[in-house]
Amino acid sequence: MNKHAIQLTINGTQTKAEVEARLLLSDFLRHDLGLTGTHVGCEHGVCGACTILFDGDPVRSCLMFAVQADGHAIQTVEALGTPENLHPIQAAFHEAHGLQCGFCTPGFLMTLVPFLEQNPNPTEEEIRAAISGNLCRCTGYQHIVDAVKIAATNYTNDTN
Amino acid sequence: MKPAPFKYIAPSTLKEALDIMTRHGYDAKLLAGGQSLIPVMNFRLAQPAIIVDLNKVTELNQFRKTERGGLRIGPMVRHSQLEHSQTVAEFAPLVHETMPHIAHPQIRNRGTIGGSLAHADPAAELPVIMVALQARFRLQSADGERWVNAEDFYQALFTTALEPEEIIVEIAIPPMPRHAGYAFTEIARRHGDFAQVGAAALIKLDESGYCRQARLVFLNVGEIPMVADQAAALMIGQLPSSDLIAETAMNAAQNEIEPAGDIHATTDYKRHLAYVLGKRAIQQAAARAREARGL
Ligand SMILES: Cc1cc2nc3c(=O)[nH]c(=O)nc-3n(C[C@H](O)[C@H](O)[C@H](O)COP(=O)(O)OP(=O)(O)OC[C@H]3O[C@@H](n4cnc5c(N)ncnc54)[C@H](O)[C@@H]3O)c2cc1C
Ligand code: FES
Ligand code: FES
Repeated sequence: MNKHAIQLTINGTQTKAEVEARLLLSDFLRHDLGLTGTHVGCEHGVCGACTILFDGDPVRSCLMFAVQADGHAIQTVEALGTPENLHPIQAAFHEAHGLQCGFCTPGFLMTLVPFLEQNPNPTEEEIRAAISGNLCRCTGYQHIVDAVKIAATNYTNDTN
Repeated sequence: MKPAPFKYIAPSTLKEALDIMTRHGYDAKLLAGGQSLIPVMNFRLAQPAIIVDLNKVTELNQFRKTERGGLRIGPMVRHSQLEHSQTVAEFAPLVHETMPHIAHPQIRNRGTIGGSLAHADPAAELPVIMVALQARFRLQSADGERWVNAEDFYQALFTTALEPEEIIVEIAIPPMPRHAGYAFTEIARRHGDFAQVGAAALIKLDESGYCRQARLVFLNVGEIPMVADQAAALMIGQLPSSDLIAETAMNAAQNEIEPAGDIHATTDYKRHLAYVLGKRAIQQAAARAREARGL
């Protein structure tokens, strides 16, 4: 099969690769690059587990081909904090029990990072609309909403 | 789930894209936002031999307001661009209000207007809105171009007037009629899901509050956007009273839709929803029309 040479920025690092056209961006991240923080739940756009930032905007990585990322910048959950130094939104999920099994968490985090940057003081309704494209089978969402509220407070305090 | 192998071409001009489509027609599929096409490729329900990616054709992702207050929209304009545009909010308020109903934020960041219109899902919002607003689409092939009315574009389930080698290159929305009110409403099991039924209405009143123009179009109660012109005609020359609005919606729901039942909603339930949503849409549109007239 014909391969395509691509060059892209992943979590701030310039990366080159050769990919088959049909390789999904989600599989490229997980299998070729070993960035397994991006989860794959449904591969048809419904669950949101595979959400990443594409030039800063949250998108489904299961609904893009890796070859389409040529020349673009991608951020995955690995770009957030480390276990010793959590990103504020990760810290808030930890504090509010915003996760149980954690399968959905990377998708929620990558959806919420740009949301809180653009909307540092969201209402509960805005929070629920922002996460409407992410499914969680464990938490019942309430703790996730609580986590976003905590993160928003921390963000606002940080910048004041 | 992996798509079947295909050849990938990413032209950077419309001319190149048109040439490729002329050469390959039936074997090639245009890739816009991929939010409908890639799921069916992942399931292998579609196995196109050639994918022609329009994402580098920057001449197709622009939109502008015309001098008369209409909009000209390139097919690669993304849902989120329309959702957040001040120009769209001001000059095409019905489009603005409808955008948040389409899928989820992450899908709207990729999905395009051209892709949604060409995909022709009976449950999609934009085809209904374009039919309600009497928009026109410019279809181009290497041989030339033609304009098609939104209402004539939709022919049957997932079937449009597009020829295999044609590309939707522009969407023209006429200026909103002066003193007109508009509304869109739908019922979905969860926000962002495809709706079970939806209704769009446009109402124009004269200076005394009598109805001059009425348009009512339904979503997901037929193979294509369902236009209820006969029912809407009941309103012309009348004051839009609650009784008249209810009668119009009832008439439309009984005579001008063809809902197919599914596991979520029976045919009767969909007719009931069409009646209720049709009524709400006309009521809101009429109230806004009265406001626009200062009545
Ligand atoms: C989970 C989920 C929920 C969704 N919910 C909704 C919803 O509630 N309402 C809704 O309306 N939509 C919904 N969608 C669909 C979404 O809006 C799609 O973005 C849209 O229908 C297709 O647009 P696209 O740009 O992604 O097109 P693509 O998937 O790239 O293409 C769709 C089709 O259009 C053709 N095409 C694309 N561009 C052109 C062109 N310029 N000229 C001719 N043909 C063209 C392609 O060849 C293909 O056949 C949902 C999608 C997902 C994954
Ligand atoms: S894996 Fe991409 S949305 Fe579910
Ligand atoms: S924490 Fe288990 S799916 Fe969300």
